[in-house]
Amino acid sequence: MAELTPLLRTEHLTMRFGGVVANDDINFTLQEMELRCLIGPNGAGKSTFFKSLTGQQTPTSGTIAFRGLPITGRLPHEIARMGIGIKTQVPNVFNGLTVRENIWLSARRKTTSQSLSAAVRGVLDLIRLTPQADRTVATLSHGQRQWVEIGMVLAAEPHLILLDEPAAGMTDEETLLTADIIRDINLSRAIVVVEHDMAFIRLIAKTVTVFHQGRVLIEDTVDKVLADQRVRDVYLGKKVAA
Amino acid sequence: MTQRLALFTQALAVVVAAVAIAIAPGMIEIFTLMQITLFASMAVLSLSLAFIWGFGGILSFGQTAFFGLGGYAYAVAAINFQDSTQAIMLAVIVPALFSAILGYFAFYGRISDVYLGVITLTVTLILFNVINSTSGDEYRIGEAMLGGFNGIPAVPTFNMPFDPESPLSPEQSWWATAGTLLLVYLGLRALLASPFGRVIVAVRENEVRASLLGYDPRVVKLMTFILGGAIAGLAGALYVNWGAFVGPTIFSLSLSAEIIIWITVGGLGTLLGPIIGCILIEYIVAGIGSQQTLNSNLVLGSVLVFFVLLIPKGIVPTIRDIATGLLARIGRGHGDATPATMPQTAGVK
Repeated sequence: MAELTPLLRTEHLTMRFGGVVANDDINFTLQEMELRCLIGPNGAGKSTFFKSLTGQQTPTSGTIAFRGLPITGRLPHEIARMGIGIKTQVPNVFNGLTVRENIWLSARRKTTSQSLSAAVRGVLDLIRLTPQADRTVATLSHGQRQWVEIGMVLAAEPHLILLDEPAAGMTDEETLLTADIIRDINLSRAIVVVEHDMAFIRLIAKTVTVFHQGRVLIEDTVDKVLADQRVRDVYLGKKVAA
Repeated sequence: MTQRLALFTQALAVVVAAVAIAIAPGMIEIFTLMQITLFASMAVLSLSLAFIWGFGGILSFGQTAFFGLGGYAYAVAAINFQDSTQAIMLAVIVPALFSAILGYFAFYGRISDVYLGVITLTVTLILFNVINSTSGDEYRIGEAMLGGFNGIPAVPTFNMPFDPESPLSPEQSWWATAGTLLLVYLGLRALLASPFGRVIVAVRENEVRASLLGYDPRVVKLMTFILGGAIAGLAGALYVNWGAFVGPTIFSLSLSAEIIIWITVGGLGTLLGPIIGCILIEYIVAGIGSQQTLNSNLVLGSVLVFFVLLIPKGIVPTIRDIATGLLARIGRGHGDATPATMPQTAGVK
């Protein structure tokens, strides 16, 4: 029997900005229900990779397939409708609307009107923002706004969730809660998490992919990756021995 | 509880407005009635930009392009059909189609906000110059001579629907105009309260996030823009009905700028504010026009500077903030009111 179609596969994905190669020939495969962590120093190309996956930019060359369907160069809303949800690095929320309206806008794309308010309530409970539901998002703390965005992503019930630095700006307690929720979500969906916080990575990771200078440096289990000398060097800014 | 109270107050305000419109002709003299009929038609124009700018986040410097097209479409059709019924419909359809074409290229071509402003401004200038140079017998549409610089005089005014034999009296014209204003206001309120209305506001708030949730911002903005164009066209028909005349100055840049001043003064992001701002400013301008001491543009400029510097939110949001603050103070019984978190964040007023 032929191998199963992976949830996500990129082949030779390359993104150039003028002379800068942000993503260089990335071959990345993610299976259904997988939880993958993506690490790498600043400028390694992680967020650029996410932008190509969600259609916020069109890759210079290479292909992206989602469950075998080509999505390279499709528009963000088309990709979102196919079932890829993203929490971006800088919180992208509707600042002028209430928490409830933010979640509602996401949930109503998927949910019928009868169960819509129940779905919104469920997400509000999950992200622990029910008491703040009628507050304007702009008045919340940075960590809480991160939650609003995660809540929006969840409310859309995507098949694949991309989280770009979900724990940034959160307290230790909030970070632990985030890790809990990520493991919870992973019971039913695939997730890719970009994060710098190694403690956080250890909490959730199984397989880790390391980006460096736009390329995949190594891809292995979390213990092996974090023990790898090259990964340590990359994070400490040493030159990688080829 | 407070929401119910707010809803009740608003419903009451609408009833009061409707009654005031109904009894106004009996209370005031005909000259004043004609003047407020003009203000009401301008207020519809104000609403059209208040909607697309305040809620859709689209700043069009050329809302008069659609206003003028509506006016001309009405005039040409009214002369040809000798019945205002179809003419009013055309005054909505023609600008809506035009804004659909213009909006399609702007939004699907990913033109940025600033350039959209420039393009709408330019389109207005082009229309002005085109219409301005249509003097002569060869420029006619059916029976209607476009008249170039002189415009089209003696345009038939509104008649009862499908009954050209019974033209509206000035009182009936007032009811038609003010009634339209009230209906457009209520229609926009209803739209903004609907799911699509919330999506419009969401796209204004964060286009990237809206598209990452699966909404196509191009479609949403185009729909908003077309509706704005249609309303501006309707305002054009009301305006031409008031004066029985349309000329190329309907496309003037000064009027385009005035709409922006109405909204800034009344309050961007509200619907009531731009109506109040429009009527207030037009009242002041009309007052200045009747005497020779002050230049109206000077006064308009000063009013704009005053508001931008001192009341940047505009009249309605400022009053609302003060009222909300007071209510919160009274509700708590002591002084520590929560710092102005607005109860209605989408700002639908």
